[in-house]
Order: sequence, then structure tokens, then C-alpha cells
Amino acid sequence: MSEQLDAGLIAQRIAEDDGLGRPSAGHEVGRARRRKEDARLVTGRTTWTDNVQLPGMLYVAFLRSPMAHARIIRVDVSAARTLPGVVAAYGGADFAGEQGSLPCAWPVTEDIVIPDHPPMAVTEVRYVGEAVACVVATDRFKAADALEAIEVDYEPLRAVVDMTEALAEDAPKVHEPGNRAFTWKFAQGDVDAAFRDAPVVIDRTYVQQRLIPTAMEPRAVVASTDGQTFTLYSSTQIPHVLRVMLAMTTGIPEHRLRVIAPDVGGGFGSKLQVTAEEVLALLLTRRLGRPVKWTESRSEGNLTVHHGRDQLQRISIAAERDGRIRGVKVDLLADMGAYLMLVTPGVPLLGAFMYGGIYKMDAYDFTCTGVFTTKMPTDAYRGAGRPEATFAIERAVDELACELGLDPVEVRRRNWITHEEFPYTTVCGLTYDSGNYEAATARALELFGYDRLRAEQAERRERRDPVQLGVGVSTYTEMCGLAPSRVLGSLRYGAGGWEHATVRMLPTGKVEVVTGTSPHGQGHETAWSQITADALGVPFEDVSVLHGDTAVSHKGMDTYGSRSLVVGGVAVLSACEKVKDRARELAAHVLEASADDIEFSDGSFKVRGTDEGRTIQELALAAFAAHDLPDGFEPRLDAESTFDPDNFSFPHGTHLCAVEVDTETGRCSIRSYVAVDDVGSVVNPLIVEGQVHGGIAQGVAQALFEEAVHDAEGNLLTTTMADYLIPSASDLPAFVTDRTETPATSNPLGVKGVGEAGTIASTPAVVNAIVDALRPYGVRDVRMPCTPERVWRAIAEAPARPAATGPEESESAISEGGAR
Amino acid sequence: MPRITVGVDGVTYEEEVEPRLLLVHLLRDRLGKTGTPIGCDTGNCGACTVMLDGRSAKSCCVLAVQADGSEVVTIEGLARGQEWHPMQTAFHTEHGLQCGYCTPGMIMAAIDLVRDDPDPSEEAVREGLEGNLCRCTGYATIVRAVRRGAREMARGETGARTPPETGPPPETEAQSGAGARNGAEARNGAEARTP
Amino acid sequence: MISAPFDYIRPESLDEACRVLAEADTAGDDVKVLAGGQSLLPLLRLRLAYPAALVDIGRLRELRGVRDGGDHVLIGAMTTHDEVLRSALIRKEIPLVALATATVADPAVRHRGTFGGSLAHADPAGDLPAVALALDCVFVARSSAGGREIPAADFFVDYLETALEPGEVLAGVRVPKLGPGWGFHYEKFHRTAQSWATVGVAAAVRLDGGTVEEARIALTNMGPAPVRARAVEETLRGVSPAPSASGARDPLADACDRADEGTSPPADLHGGPGYRRHLARVLTRRAVAAAV
Repeated sequence: MSEQLDAGLIAQRIAEDDGLGRPSAGHEVGRARRRKEDARLVTGRTTWTDNVQLPGMLYVAFLRSPMAHARIIRVDVSAARTLPGVVAAYGGADFAGEQGSLPCAWPVTEDIVIPDHPPMAVTEVRYVGEAVACVVATDRFKAADALEAIEVDYEPLRAVVDMTEALAEDAPKVHEPGNRAFTWKFAQGDVDAAFRDAPVVIDRTYVQQRLIPTAMEPRAVVASTDGQTFTLYSSTQIPHVLRVMLAMTTGIPEHRLRVIAPDVGGGFGSKLQVTAEEVLALLLTRRLGRPVKWTESRSEGNLTVHHGRDQLQRISIAAERDGRIRGVKVDLLADMGAYLMLVTPGVPLLGAFMYGGIYKMDAYDFTCTGVFTTKMPTDAYRGAGRPEATFAIERAVDELACELGLDPVEVRRRNWITHEEFPYTTVCGLTYDSGNYEAATARALELFGYDRLRAEQAERRERRDPVQLGVGVSTYTEMCGLAPSRVLGSLRYGAGGWEHATVRMLPTGKVEVVTGTSPHGQGHETAWSQITADALGVPFEDVSVLHGDTAVSHKGMDTYGSRSLVVGGVAVLSACEKVKDRARELAAHVLEASADDIEFSDGSFKVRGTDEGRTIQELALAAFAAHDLPDGFEPRLDAESTFDPDNFSFPHGTHLCAVEVDTETGRCSIRSYVAVDDVGSVVNPLIVEGQVHGGIAQGVAQALFEEAVHDAEGNLLTTTMADYLIPSASDLPAFVTDRTETPATSNPLGVKGVGEAGTIASTPAVVNAIVDALRPYGVRDVRMPCTPERVWRAIAEAPARPAATGPEESESAISEGGAR
Repeated sequence: MPRITVGVDGVTYEEEVEPRLLLVHLLRDRLGKTGTPIGCDTGNCGACTVMLDGRSAKSCCVLAVQADGSEVVTIEGLARGQEWHPMQTAFHTEHGLQCGYCTPGMIMAAIDLVRDDPDPSEEAVREGLEGNLCRCTGYATIVRAVRRGAREMARGETGARTPPETGPPPETEAQSGAGARNGAEARNGAEARTP
Repeated sequence: MISAPFDYIRPESLDEACRVLAEADTAGDDVKVLAGGQSLLPLLRLRLAYPAALVDIGRLRELRGVRDGGDHVLIGAMTTHDEVLRSALIRKEIPLVALATATVADPAVRHRGTFGGSLAHADPAGDLPAVALALDCVFVARSSAGGREIPAADFFVDYLETALEPGEVLAGVRVPKLGPGWGFHYEKFHRTAQSWATVGVAAAVRLDGGTVEEARIALTNMGPAPVRARAVEETLRGVSPAPSASGARDPLADACDRADEGTSPPADLHGGPGYRRHLARVLTRRAVAAAV
């Protein structure tokens, strides 16, 4: 089908490239443009929020609860107030009348429990790190010192750390209505029939450990006011959503609140939030009439930036003897933490439709219960719901293969949607518009050397090599490009999923693109310039992309969920088309021709069959001068567009991972990693490659390194980077990446989104490889992160273990204790 | 309060500092050198790496008073006028950054690494940068950037610097990514990405 | 985070440093000696310590450098890890020190962090204490009362605690040259490059005619202080470290199975005591095999 054609086109495009990344005019899209953003970033001329200095600025520090659950008996800030340089000090009661409740925009069910969530705790604390008081001082040192002069008396309450225990009858309550926030159900087909008399049933439980997103830039907020209007700088992914929500929360009228996301050092979902510190900074600047700044430290951030994942997943597959899947059942417990933040309850729903993966089946049943615990709330973290779903189905399909004695790739082949079957409506009701799982898998197997590695694996097993080799497969898809507004509405989300763009032709022929997306590393300034350059026939260098300031970009839904290109990029293209329409009308007028006779190519509007024409730059100047315009033609070429997608987009791909497992120490080392992703058409292959690499790294990190660990009292034990292990360059392998290209049919760019793909795909590939290496020992699973100790214990405690030294204690004191 | 003299990016400063003031606080809060960011409080992330008397140091693990009499070079002091340091250019060319928060420290650590090992292997780069964390790139493009930067540095200062404003930097091997249909082409693309 | 306030004193000489420390001791002031600061400053920033003052000895030239002392190498306490790694004398005469130092932290930290600072900090997860213990180093301490030599076996007392008295400064460390015939290895097991050692093994082994004549083995992070694996050292004597014929008991492995005897390993995020005991056995075998 069209896929073949498009591949040909792309090959031609690359052939036209002069080898220096300079294709012929009109072919910016698809080219490995170096990023415009880099100039300020590699020279240190950045505007991180903490770099912002305003005259008379004060510094805020928060005193945070050292207990996971306690009643606040008394907060005494009087001694702190008297210290040198201290301007003010407040406890939660001082804000009680005005601080409102931090918003949850996704009440997933009618009967969901949404507890009051005061930005500063007033009567009760429910997680370690919750703010209980603050100091405002003339510098950050004095503010930090004064915290120690604040006295707080607590009456300890029992912590609720484990989700299963939280649901027990006699569990202490995190909130008065109880610890069950909601139960959300979804079913399609006759799942009972699918499981009744099924020849094979796989039933597994997986733990999605709690993660700390750890963007490199810690959060920071600067708030100021002139008495009338308020300006908030924040290290946020969502200046537009934030402005709306802050207006609703604080009562500051939306039109008098400006939110600026300056340079933002990564987010990964963690800055998709309306935070206590943002609200309190606004209240403080309103109260004190001076600018205030708060910058978190890393250890403060590990406690108080929302966490990710933390689900207990039970997944069952009913299948035929030949491996064909009849149906899938999923029962989730999702740890909400202590409160429901912006999209906390919605995260598991973003996975709810993806547990079927790329497979055909007749029946599907999904239940998710959101559970309150006395821990930091969870919320979006790269992939948000979809990595969890992909992990469960891809792990379980491997178990099915093992049960049937089939190669894991073969089981997938017998179940996946073939390329002829697109568009395909899945059992979950999603319509996958395009894809070619066969092509991506074939390419990945070839790059990986699958057969050779299997042979080596057999050989190592044969000679009982202490270092065993495992091969892991992950064939994933995801739904992204969030999102069709009507679908969000049907899922009870509080807003739409459209995106906005404005394209302005300046008198000198330069172009300003205003986007509602809010990049923080994704390179929108570059990619949007490429789209615009092609659409308008202007030089890449002549385009400037403006974003991240609600006074500049008045409308947007911001950046998350691999949505920016698929929704925001398409909005840019659409606005460009409108500019062109206006330019065409003006050209027709100037050239005294019918608009139908005007042809556009390479930035010029020409009368068909003649050399008579005007460039878009000339027309921009003509519109500016406005001396000779068509009747009723407003003097502008500028246009805007708000694009609301009809469907999600569905990137897919095949990731293969080879892991060497040292069975003596339990250490797992990735020997090779191949990723073949299909993200549709590509605007900038360099940026795509970077997104895939970074995504894989985070997914690998979940598999091997990262976990937020709490003790039985609810204390976070991984508060610093010395304890919460972010992999360095020497902990990760090189990645072999390639792409197949099956354009999305749901948008004119053919793009699918790439921000989360690597993270979604890689975690199960790694764990499947580890388990694959250890199958001869009888190992069926290793809980993530697959630490050396856990791997060693899995081997030692597995039924079929060869003679080896067993563990002397059943549990180690901390690493296995606490959390669950 | 101790009085210190410290040179930063070629300018000499005399400051009275509280003993607990970290070098990175001096740079950022007192001298306005905000190009050097702070990413953690335990010396792990390396975002604040600067050159202190010619060797890389994490400026959040050095007191300002300890830097008394020293010369500091930050990311802001690398370019000569409008001409970037070859390592800055290499990070740009190889897409060795995304959000850019780790980049100043990463570039400083890379320059230090190349001083000892003018043509580092992939493994040497990965080990040499183990004190600098990046959350965006997965490191592969950083490794490529450092190796390219090393080659450019070896070629000598002259000619290796690229004026950032006067046009795009040398764009070399376009990342093909042609898709899987054309086997040979895709293979080349894949190999180009596999150092 | 921001550390609590403290005073800062930078003595111009070791004598002055000793005098300052003695005065502080008399006055009952809680002062800490600042070397490279790579461990101390993070502790202060996290407000895990509240010293009244830091006495910065990092610049004292007399504490810096590597000297050949005939039967030993003297390493000045303020010699940085980086200088240790660049010392041809150390690489040649006491290579175990270089092998372990290369695994300490990362390059930027090694530029600032010091040999003596690491040892005086006495973190049980640090790499150098086990090396000092394995090699029977002698710690040279100075105070206003004079000098004192402390054998490594007495130096490491407990978690972050050494035999140094409040008024004492670690001036240097004498590392014995073991002479010809010795092989060395430091086997470090850690979860990521930045992690501290879960377990580490410092091994020095001398062969004679294909069998072990003498072995010195010390373990990192198998207790609140580094510990010698004496049982292994004794059992290894006379053992051939070459791979045994298939099927036969491996005497090297048998000996190394005693590595955890007398240890009291901690439980933390990287592993429980049982796992650490197992690791000590495996890693000791690997360290000995690599050393010979």
C-alpha cells in the first residue's frame, strides 16, 4: 500500500541530500537539522528558573514533615520570625483561608474519592516531605537556617505503606472515607468464555516499582506581582494548563496571571503538575508584595516531586495450544500516594487500553483500583500507564511462549495484527490506523543476530557457564498524541487534547511561529522551524519559534504524552496552510489573476504557466504596507489554528536485548540492544534518535537500577542521588537503533510521536532477557529493579537450581522489606 | 567573613564570603555566572562541573573559600568571542544534549578527559564521564560528541572553532534512518549509530 | 540543601593546624578537619553534621606528595587521588593502591579528594581502608604533643571512626613495599559506577613454585570497619590457584569460602548480610585469581 510509496519518497529525499544535511529547497522535513536550541545551552546563556533575579526578591524555604502520617498539634514559627533576615514565617493555618486545594483534573469515576489537598498541611500530614511551614528571608541561607527555629508538634498516626494492607478492613485510614480512591472497570467481549476451558492459562503478578522521575533540573518557582497582575516563572512542562488551574485554585483572575516556563531542564512527566510550591509562591508574593523564589534541592525533590509507576499488576492470558490468545484479564492496584494530584488517577487508565498490545483477541477485562497510602502522590512519568501495560503483556506473552515451548518471537507472530489488517480496531476499541509489526521485527532480528545469540545461549547452557546469556523481546505499541478531546471527555478528563499554533509573517519576510507546546529538551524550536520552512517555502533560519510564556503564547495544552509533534506540529502545519491561503489571495490580487491560477512552490506564488510571481516575503511586505489589498482583505497574512486530533497515534516497534547474567553475583550486564521503532514519518531523524536513546535509557533504568524505597514507617530511603541510582554513561550500553516508516494516516504529517516509545518498549525487553537467561534454573520472574541481590536470590530460591550457595536469611533487612 | 580573590573566566573578583558559601553559589548568586547549574546535593550529578586551576571539579563540593587564589573556568568562559570551543561545537553537531541542564558540566568533564586522553575510546569516554549524569540522551550521542570534540581539539585551535551566528556548523554524515525497505542503506544508518 | 553556618580556619602549617585543633579540643569545640571535602561537604549540605568550624589542611604542602622511603612509600595525607594515580612510584611499588584508587568516585572527585581524607573519613564502603589494612600500612598522626604511628589494624575503629584523637591530624601513610613476587588486585562490586562498593576485596598474593606462599586479603563494607579475611589467608597457604581439573574440588574456592568468617556485614539498599557474605566469598576467589 502507500507505505511502499512513502518509503520510496523518503529514500529519494535522502538521495537529494547533498551529504551535508542540506537537501534541496522545500525538503527540511526529514532532515537531520542541528538544533537551534543548542546555541544557548552549550554556552551557558540559559534562563533556568533559578537564574531569574528580580529586584527585592525574597527566598522561600519549606519545613517538611519528617513523618509519613501524623496529626499536627502545634506549629510555632515565632522564633523563626525574629531571626536576622527573616521577613515572614507561616504555618499551614496561616494559609487555611486562601490556599484552596491542589487540583485533580481527572476524576475517573462518578464515586471517586478526591480528598482535600491543601498546598500546606494544616491539620494532618500524609507523607514524608509534605510542607508544614515556610520561611521567607532575604537570602536562601537565612531561609534555610530559620527552618530550624520552627517548632512543630506531631501526634504520630500509623503509616500506610503497602497497597494490599491499605485495603484491609482494619487498615488505618489515609483519608476518612477509606483507602480505596476508585475502582474503574472496562470489559469487551466474553472474557469468561475466553477463559472457560482455555487450554492454557497464564496467570502472573508483576510489581511496577515506584520511580522518581529525576529531571536534571530541580524544580524552581519565582513569583512576583505589581499589585494588579501576577507573574509566575516555573520549571514546568505545562505553563498553559498551570495558568488555568492556578487561577481556579488561588482566585487570581486568569487574565491577570502570566505563567512563564523559561528554559526547563527536563520533565518526563514530573513537571506536568500543579504543585504546592507554585500555589504558595503566588500566595506569598500576594501577601508580601515582593518577588519570591523557591528552588528545591535534589533531596527535597526526591521526597516531593510526584513519583511514578507503583502498581501491582495481575495479568491472565487464556490461549490455545498453538499459542493464539483468546483473552486477557487485568486486575491492577495502583498506588495513588496520599492525594490525587493533577492526573494521578488517570495514569492507569492511559494503560487500560494497551494491555492487549499488538495482539488480536476476542475478550478483554480490566479492573483498576486506586489506593491511598501515606507516600508522595504518584502521577505521570514517561509513558504514564503504557509502560506498565506493555511490561505486563510482554512479560506474560513470554511466559506463554515458555509454557508452550515456543520461541517468544513465534508466539508474537501468531497473535499480532498483520500489516494487511490495518486499520484495525482492537478488542479495547481503539483503531490502530497503521503499522507493520512484521517489518520492524524482521529488521530487528537481522540487526540483532538473533539466531547467533540463541546458539551462543545454548552453548553456554550446555557447558554450565556461570555467566548465562538471555535474549529478551518486546514488541510494543502505544497510544499517544494525546488526545482527541471527545475521547478525553468520555474518560472524564477535565480538559481537551487539542493544540494551538499561530504563524506570523513579519514585514521583512521572517516568520514567527507561536506554539502551545512547551518544550523542555525536545527540540520544538528546530522541528517546528523545519515544518514551517517546508510549508511556507522560507529558509529554516528565517523561522523563530516562540513558546512557554502565556503572554506570548496565549493558548495551548503543553507538552506530555508524546503529543507535541502529533498535535502541536500538525497545528503549526495547519496554520501555515492558512497563511498560504491568504498569501495566495493577495498574490492573485497583485498579479491580477484568479486565485485558482496561482501555483505555490519554493516560497513563490506564480501565475500558472508563467514566470510572473511574488515571493511570500514580498507578499508579507505588501500585506504590511496594506497599500493595495483585495477588498475586505485584512492587512495580515498571519493565521492561527487549533488542531484537535480524530484519533490517537500508535507508534510501534521491536526491541531486542541480550543480557549476560553472572549467576554467581547476580549482576546483569546488557551485552547488546537493538531497537527498531516505527514512529511514522520523521521530521528530524537526529531528534528522533535522541528521543529513542533517552527513552531506552530510562526504561533500562527501571529494569535494572531505580526504585523509590520506603521503610515500614513510610520514610523514603532513597532521598539522594547516592541512593536512588540514575545510570551513568558507564552503566549503559550503546544502542543500535533503526526505523521502519509506516506513516500515520490520522494526520497530514504522518507522524506518530516518539517521546515515550523507548521507555515503553525497553523495560520488558531487559527483564525478559534476564528471565530468559535463568529459565534453566527454574526462574520465572525477577522483581524490578533486577538488582544483583534479587537475581542471585531468584536463582538460589528457584526450584531447579543447580548446586549453589543458598541465601542464609530469607530476606535482607531493608532491600526487600518495607515497600510491599 | 573571609575575603577571597578568585579568577573566573578571565576576570578577577574579590569577595567577602560566608565560609559555607559553595563555589557554585559564589558563581551563580554573587558573580551572576548562572551558566553553571546545580543538579544535586551529594556531588553525584556533575552538572556544576567547572575547571578549577585547570582540572575538573564539582563546584558544589568546593567551598568558595577553598577556591581562594584559584582560577576558575566555567562553560561561559570557553568560547573565544563568538567562536565556540570545539567541544561545544561537537555537542551541537552530534546532538549530545536535549534539555541541556547537564551540558555545561558534561562539556567541562569532557574537556578534562580529553586532556589526559586525546583520542579516547568509547569505553574511555563512558568511564571518564561516570561522574556526570544525563537524564535525556541515554549518553550515546554524548559519547559521539566527546570523541568528535577530541578529534577537533587535536586538530588544533585554529579553524576548529565555529562561529555560532554565521551559519550552521559542519553537518556531517546525515543520520539516514531510511526505513527498513532499503537494506543496505538502513544498515549503514544503523552502523553509523553504533560506535 | 544549604549547610548550617560554620567558621573556617586555614592554618599555614601543620604545626599551626595541630595548635588550632588542640585549642579547639581544650575548648570543647566541635571542629572538623577539611581535606578535599568531597565526602564532608555533602554531609554538611544535607545537615547531617553541624561542626562549629572547619580546619582546612588541604593546602598544606608538607602533607602533599609521594616519597620513596626505602622499604615503604610515604603518601602525604593531602595527596589527591589524581596525584596517586599519576605517581609512577606508586604504580611500580604499591600497585594495589593505584588499582583501588582508580575505582574511587569519578575523575572530578579524584582531583579534589585526598588519600588521607578518604582514610580518615573511614567510610566502611570506601575502597582505600581495605587496601591499607591488607598492606599493613602505618598511619602517621601529628598533634601538638608530637607524632604517633598507628598500625592499620588499630586505625579503623568503627563506622566513620578512627583511632585519631580529636587533636590529631593524619599527616601521611606509610605503605610497605611487599617486594618481588607479589600480585595484586582490587575487586569492587557496585551496582552503578557511582555507587559505593557493596563489597570490595583487596588482595595481595605471593606465589612460590605455583602455590600460594602468602596472601593478604581485606574486605570493604563487610562490617563497620574494613576487615582482614584471616581464615582465607591461612587456608590459601600452599594452595595452587591454577584452575583445578574438572570434577575435582577447587581448593582456591574452598579457601575463599571462608572469606566471610568474622565479618558482620550491614544491610542496606544494595544488599542484605547474607548476600554480602556470599559476594565476599565469590569476589575473594576472583580477586585472588586475578592477583596471581
